[in-house]
Amino acid sequence: MNWKRKDLLGIRDLSKEEMLFILDTAESFKDISKREIKKVPTLRGKTVITLFYEPSTRTRTSFEIAAKRLSADTINISSSTSSSTKGESLKDTARNLESMRPDAIVIRHGMPGAPHMLAGILDSSIINGGDGAHEHPTQALLDLFTMRDKKGRIDGLKVVIVGDIAHSRVARSNIFSLKSFGNDVICCGPPTMIPPHIETLGVKVEYDLKRAVRKADVIMMLRIQKERGGTTYIPSTKEYSTLYGLGREHVESAADDVIIMHPGPMNRGIEISDEVADGPSSVILDQVENGVAVRMAVLYLLIGGEA
Amino acid sequence: MKTLIRGGRLVDPKNSIDGRYDVLVDGPVVKEVSKSIRKVDDDTRIIDASKRIVAPGLIDVHCHLREPGFEYKETIRTGTTAATRGGFTTVVCMANTNPVNDSRSVTEFIVDKARAEGVCKVLPCGAVTRGLRSEELSEIGEMFEAGIVAISDDGRSVRAAGLLRKALEYAKIFKLPVISHCEDETLSGGCVHEGRASLLSGLDGIPAIAEELIAGRDIAVARYVDAPLHLTHISTAGSVEIIERAKRTFRKITCDTCPHYFTLTDEATLTYDTNTKVNPPLRSQDDVNAIKEGLRKGTIDIIATDHAPHEFTSKDVEFDLATFGISGFETALALSLGLVREDILDLKGLLMKMTANPAKLLGLEAGVISEGAPADIIVFDPDMEWTVDRKSFASKGKNTPFHGMTLRGRNLFTMVDGKIVYNEL
Repeated sequence: MNWKRKDLLGIRDLSKEEMLFILDTAESFKDISKREIKKVPTLRGKTVITLFYEPSTRTRTSFEIAAKRLSADTINISSSTSSSTKGESLKDTARNLESMRPDAIVIRHGMPGAPHMLAGILDSSIINGGDGAHEHPTQALLDLFTMRDKKGRIDGLKVVIVGDIAHSRVARSNIFSLKSFGNDVICCGPPTMIPPHIETLGVKVEYDLKRAVRKADVIMMLRIQKERGGTTYIPSTKEYSTLYGLGREHVESAADDVIIMHPGPMNRGIEISDEVADGPSSVILDQVENGVAVRMAVLYLLIGGEA
Repeated sequence: MKTLIRGGRLVDPKNSIDGRYDVLVDGPVVKEVSKSIRKVDDDTRIIDASKRIVAPGLIDVHCHLREPGFEYKETIRTGTTAATRGGFTTVVCMANTNPVNDSRSVTEFIVDKARAEGVCKVLPCGAVTRGLRSEELSEIGEMFEAGIVAISDDGRSVRAAGLLRKALEYAKIFKLPVISHCEDETLSGGCVHEGRASLLSGLDGIPAIAEELIAGRDIAVARYVDAPLHLTHISTAGSVEIIERAKRTFRKITCDTCPHYFTLTDEATLTYDTNTKVNPPLRSQDDVNAIKEGLRKGTIDIIATDHAPHEFTSKDVEFDLATFGISGFETALALSLGLVREDILDLKGLLMKMTANPAKLLGLEAGVISEGAPADIIVFDPDMEWTVDRKSFASKGKNTPFHGMTLRGRNLFTMVDGKIVYNEL
């Protein structure tokens, strides 16, 4: 297929074909990271800016490595080093960055729609690296990639997403991608963390973790979003971990070949036990590894066109 | 000097008139209304209103003129210019200025400024509580003497029911209506309606019950002290239901809604256009349907604009950070005429909610075209198509979600106290 998009703002905008195209492209990039010389000249002369208004280790590093392995030049701007602390508006910051002619800007922002605002005013490709509780498209794509890799398919799976669904952009993006491929998605968490009307997205809601994970093919754990007031939705993290912490007994009741996923950062002992996080079903580090390939694919498709 | 408005279809709901009439204006008042006025003085100005609607000037019970304090958003001059373009001849401006209109001196400032610079009649609404802080009553009597026509803490609810009770009781001395903005702040806090659209956009929601709880509470308090209460910018199906039920047994309840609540749904917020950010928020399709039904059945008495102009920079930011509000004067009539085309109201019924009913709420001798009444008259074309261009707004507030849309119905002529203040005929 022909890739036509300038920006990657959300999974909800993407067709199945587009998602598959990204996964297939990522497949071809995965080997590069395993070579001795981990670099190809594909994006030589291109500039990628990562503009992060929220702390991030994984996503920012992953984008940077992805860009570098494709020979793009990368610049990182995080909120502590940007002009936002001097009162400059996001639009002005973005316009100033654009004047330096980057090819792509990866933005992470605490407010939903911030990447869409930039996409509307800039010529650079905008990649949503997570906007508030809205979307985190590359996370959902790397999750999809990991599921396809480990399960051999991305349809007809029973996927359980556990935790603070209401405040999670990872949950939203995954629900959009998983539902468009026809998977059974169950959202599990305390009702205070399940947003109203979630059933309209075609997912089921289950408050009991034990019931939710039975025969599950994929269990995706989320962390409590402390920075979004997540802790006021539950009496205590201790109580949360007794009700929604994933332990060995849950894994045992799931499908034999269940995979355990987590977008990170993990809070060991709260939503996931060490035993599970480090156990044989865990694919958490595979997700991180695949993230680089998926982000290489996204960068390549968005800005590699005319190279 | 006399003016004859000739050949139009006069729709005057207060007098139950809908037909071809000529209207003769002498000085600031209406001199004669009859089928055909032939004999006129040589110097009488003739306004040809044939094929147009002639109606009493519209009365807006809820707007923000932003003066004093926020002149960069709007002034009394620009706001009233926008109002008269839109067909309004009387507007009630809310108290959330800076300083807040909670004292005689601020009320006097607004009244004086309006007299000097206002293009239409400006009636100030005083604050219920000092500084809109929900702590103590403002000096309602002093503001009344200076010219307020209602009291409201619009922008928020009076937080404590006990304080609201005192306000409702105290306002009886002056027969001032109390206008309630219904919002439980422990449930709101978001920036769009909590529903499917907020789920998709990830924007924090304001649930319908945040409005409905306070609507119910305020009605209960008003009923208990037997005081009139007006609920403003009603936006949800639940509120309509609560008000409909209350009205059956307690007649002193009235309410209004705004054009955006029967025109747009929360789907409009999915593009993150900050011009769709308004409080109460744009609601679901079910709510929009219920608002229309409430207008049809008469549960909703009045259409107000909640004209809330803002400077560009306060909207040119992330959705979460943007100010709430829609600049509404210049689109209100066209959007409301949509209700006539949808067969929800007839023209007389619609104009009732924009003229006679607001006049009744405020106790005004306006909203009617009778001999001896103030000559506040508009002439509009209910079918003329035009494309909304925010740059052409007279209001400083260009914050409209209707920019670029083609609307039908346009005001062409506005007369205030016999003076022509707008004429596109």
